[in-house]
Amino acid sequence: MQRMNTTDLIKGGAIWGFIVLELVFFSVAGSFWSLSESAFMDFDNMLLLLKQSAPIGIIAVGMTIIMINGNIDLSVGATFALSAVVMLDSMNWPIMAGLGDWAIPVAWLLALLTGAVLGFINGIIVWKTGVDAFIVTLGSMLGFRGLVFMYNGENPTFHLNWTMVDIAEWDALGVETPALVLIAVVVVAWLIMTRTVHGRNAYAIGNNREAAVNAGLRVGPHMLINFVIIGTLAALSAVAFYSASGSVNPNDGMLFELWAITAVVLGGTKLTGGSGSIIGTFGGVIAIQLLRKGLGHIGADTETVNLVIGSILIAVLFLDRQLNRKGQEELKV
Amino acid sequence: MKNDRLGKFAGVLARQGILVAFILFMIGFSLWNARFISVENVFGVVRSSAILGVMALGVTFVVIGGNLDLSVGSLMSFSAIVVLDLHENPAFGPALAIPAMFAMTMAIGALNGFLVGYLRLNSLIVTLGMLSAIHGLTLTYSGGQNMDIANQEATWFGIFGRGTALGIPIPVLIFAGLAAVLAILLAKTPFGRKVYAVGGNEVAATFSGIPRARVVFFTYLISSFCVATAGLIQASRTMGAQNTVGQGLELEVLAAVILGGASLLGGSGTVFKTVIGVLILGFIQNGLLLAGLEFYVQFVVTWIIIILAVWLDIAAKRGRLWSPIA
Repeated sequence: MQRMNTTDLIKGGAIWGFIVLELVFFSVAGSFWSLSESAFMDFDNMLLLLKQSAPIGIIAVGMTIIMINGNIDLSVGATFALSAVVMLDSMNWPIMAGLGDWAIPVAWLLALLTGAVLGFINGIIVWKTGVDAFIVTLGSMLGFRGLVFMYNGENPTFHLNWTMVDIAEWDALGVETPALVLIAVVVVAWLIMTRTVHGRNAYAIGNNREAAVNAGLRVGPHMLINFVIIGTLAALSAVAFYSASGSVNPNDGMLFELWAITAVVLGGTKLTGGSGSIIGTFGGVIAIQLLRKGLGHIGADTETVNLVIGSILIAVLFLDRQLNRKGQEELKV
Repeated sequence: MKNDRLGKFAGVLARQGILVAFILFMIGFSLWNARFISVENVFGVVRSSAILGVMALGVTFVVIGGNLDLSVGSLMSFSAIVVLDLHENPAFGPALAIPAMFAMTMAIGALNGFLVGYLRLNSLIVTLGMLSAIHGLTLTYSGGQNMDIANQEATWFGIFGRGTALGIPIPVLIFAGLAAVLAILLAKTPFGRKVYAVGGNEVAATFSGIPRARVVFFTYLISSFCVATAGLIQASRTMGAQNTVGQGLELEVLAAVILGGASLLGGSGTVFKTVIGVLILGFIQNGLLLAGLEFYVQFVVTWIIIILAVWLDIAAKRGRLWSPIA
């Protein structure tokens, strides 16, 4: 275990310090300006926050892995939508009717498979053609969205199954299913990135691809696996979200990629690859959701949320530069 | 000798591949459906591509300079909303609303340029943050309301989007004129050469005494000028706008620029190639619609074309089809 110096500690813990700051600010400000009677740091409110963080949070975990590996994925929003469409539509198939409630896990598996296949498509193109991931996934962001529309036109896809809704709204000590999924994903991804050979290699490749190749690492398969992981996680996010709502519009999930990247960057992961942490991203996701809820709590217009988050993102980037002068990060293409 | 000529031909094909593909595509579609190449249809396509195209012209400068601009979509919404609101404001009226809107939009572009150029912050994250911040700014400005021009008959404001001169739609003229001016600026002036130098090799450019920060700053200023022009065309054509009118355009614009052959590494690309990229996207969309396909089929086709175009470009440069990544 490396010894951390003070600067590292400030940088690593910055997001948590920010979260504490947010909690204090909104609690104090809320007691003056809030229209609601309940306190901001109410336990139920925090549980709700965790649940609302889940869709973006699950995707952001995948984005962290991709970015540590030195790539980026702009197609997650479309993957999210297509997986949701497959999940809900498959439950309307005649063959599924015979399965009764067993149709639910089958539909979930189909959705996850969809995500994995879409991730595989991205990964194999990045690997085999050598086209930069930014361009590949920019293209597939359009392409996958086109597939969503081709699947069911401009109509919403829906299927209502009360058993599925019950599962999606089931809770353990008040923590509902989406929140549990988010926590599980964070833990598993953290284990993968810190305790496995694949995780270590992903860091190495992101840090210096040439050195990784010279060290004998097979860069392609690792990138492919990571794209499959993020595709599957985007699908899992859709499963967690749409099992409860039961209806998906073809435009759903748009701009999710940008929100996920914002959370990842707030959590301290570098665009250049090779550094970053899953736990930091979790902090970033919570910080953004806290900001949304907090601004709503003190009665600010929802419009200001975008303004504040955008400004904070730029401020974080600036502070990071000041704290870490040698970090000359540029977009690597 | 013959082999040599063949090699040269292959070289030209590799370098101008996108232009060749575009011409083949146009000929193929024209043979299949004569309406495709008719004057009205061509003008229609160019007119509807003009907004995307004008934005792409500015982003070309930013990309050649080695940066990205993801904020153009939400900045376009901002400029459309602002110009419509000021148009309805009796203190301004159309004649003052337009310069005021240009000033406000370019002030935001200047902020982008300051953050990326002088503070040397990563352009992807900065403009991502600006995308969100400008969207918030637009919503705050409009209070979330759509903007409309109440009395559309009484104003000359509509000419930028709806008018024609000598039978040519004004948006087409604006697009062509701006493309010509910017092409000269990029190809024939010292400033244009500096943009290539900064994007091609920043260190070498700095050692050659080229002020990187200032050049990058101006690429963003040009980008915001183009965005303001696009916002003007948009607002003028529809005489009203939602807060999200430009949403998602940033990535389509980038797709057009990349399709034209500009490298995200910076240092390569031309205005003419970007125009070709824009027209390809426009004509594909139009061709598929004429073929009776739904509008969303173009997304899938665009996806395939972008990846093929960039892949073949890279393959031609490295001399082998498949990547050397193990």
